[in-house]
Amino acid sequence: MLKDITLGQFFPGDTIVHNLDPRTKIIIVVLYIVALFSAQGVVTYGLMLIFLITCIRLSKVGAKAILNGMRPVVIILIFTGALNLFYNTTGDVLVQWWVFTITTGGVRTAFFMVVRILMLISGTFLLTYTTSPIMLTDGIENLLGPLKKLHVPVHELAMMMSIALRFIPTLIEETDKIMSAQKARGADFDSGNLVDKAKALIPLLVPLFVSAFRRADELATAMECRCYHGGEGRTRLKNLVYTKEDYMALGLGVALTVLVMVLAIGFGV
Amino acid sequence: MEQKNIIETKDITFQYPDVPEGSSLVLDGVNLSIEQGSFVAILGHNGSGKSTLAKHMNAVYLPSGGTVYVDGMDTADEKYLLDIRRTVGMVFQHPDNQIVANVVEEDVAFAPENLGVPSEEIRRRVDEALKIVGMSKYARHAPHLLSGGQKQRIAIAGVIAMLPRCIVLDEPTAMLDPIGREDVMRTITRLNRERGTTIVLITHHMDEAAQADRLVVMDRGKIIADGPPKQVFQQVEQLKAVGLTVPETVGLLDQLRQGGVDVPLDALSVEECAQAIYRALA
Repeated sequence: MLKDITLGQFFPGDTIVHNLDPRTKIIIVVLYIVALFSAQGVVTYGLMLIFLITCIRLSKVGAKAILNGMRPVVIILIFTGALNLFYNTTGDVLVQWWVFTITTGGVRTAFFMVVRILMLISGTFLLTYTTSPIMLTDGIENLLGPLKKLHVPVHELAMMMSIALRFIPTLIEETDKIMSAQKARGADFDSGNLVDKAKALIPLLVPLFVSAFRRADELATAMECRCYHGGEGRTRLKNLVYTKEDYMALGLGVALTVLVMVLAIGFGV
Repeated sequence: MEQKNIIETKDITFQYPDVPEGSSLVLDGVNLSIEQGSFVAILGHNGSGKSTLAKHMNAVYLPSGGTVYVDGMDTADEKYLLDIRRTVGMVFQHPDNQIVANVVEEDVAFAPENLGVPSEEIRRRVDEALKIVGMSKYARHAPHLLSGGQKQRIAIAGVIAMLPRCIVLDEPTAMLDPIGREDVMRTITRLNRERGTTIVLITHHMDEAAQADRLVVMDRGKIIADGPPKQVFQQVEQLKAVGLTVPETVGLLDQLRQGGVDVPLDALSVEECAQAIYRALA
């Protein structure tokens, strides 16, 4: 069950999407989110969807991996969908039953809201699937670089993030192991009410935390042994360079955002 | 200070801070010199202080008393810290807890990046280090999908990329299956033989220790035996007294001796052992 969580995992590859500069990809994702939130109707959502699907196809990341990433947010999706469905009472009444009223306006907002969340998640997942965490944090570190002047510990934050991402698969594997070990000794994670289930998690979380702290300690020592001493004077294996493809991708991203915003705000489609 | 000793400990003692008074020392007067280019195994039971000693060799721990010199530099002197750590690389027990990056080659590049090596030079070092440990074709893989032995070889490559003159390995095979252990041991021996890297191997496996040129046995913070493996393993009773077993070959010869058969004890490999018994019976 836990193995299915693909959040923050990276699938190495050699496609145009993989090879773009991480900064390009981060900027495009930010633009993509802005565009997504300004999208209004079928035309603008359609444009965004075409863009998203093109990117996914180019990246050769399987649809299955993208769909797997959706699993943890299913509840949020249902909740958001239902909330929008029942609370928006504009338009013609479709169904009326007890206190529930479903209107065309409700269906419309619920549908677009769910599509928006799905597209938001697939877009950001595509970023983490195709960009190695080190490249990703390099990109963020580089983009946030100017903040160093304001004494924001940009390098430290970036390093923390990349290590957190690096340890996700390791800790998931560990959680699986502890769960099996506790089940073998009679722990029950699946039955009972919510309170029982929460209580059942204690014998899982305590060993997990203890082990995470031990790992953190060992990792810190190992990093020091490899001469880690903060961001000062560090060089990189791969330096970030914008190439022709990056400028083209950025141009495309900006054009799409502007187009979507004009269409959505100006024409409401 | 003689230059040919890469590591020298002078009468070092060590105690963790905040322990009740009167508890015994973790290290109790250790004098050890490790020659440049040698392959030394440090053998001991759990709690013998062997890991603690290893951590003194690149200033992870500083001695409570006495001094440690790495290539003539005092480890207690803060200004030598980076030089000491790039001279003596360290590989730990858990392969998972020493891999920093999500792609093999980026992990191997971590140390040279920290040292401020230019990009092209890092690329060269990474490729070479991966070649040495035989993991070149995994350069772009995600480390968590590799086996334990492969991960440990990546960790070794990550240290090699620093171009250290000495590598200290703290029970590098403890978490590995037999195949992984063999791969790691082969890599270590090759590093020593072909590249002249000084190797300090901390272990409690007799067969691994037997592959070294020199064997140091520790018990309760003290060195109790030091010499070539063949010589050290002859002290069968002494080793048993500190909870260590001898290799099966030596054990067999020892029992034969006790049974009155006149065999020598300095036969480590199965072949040598068979020859010794054959000669005794002939």
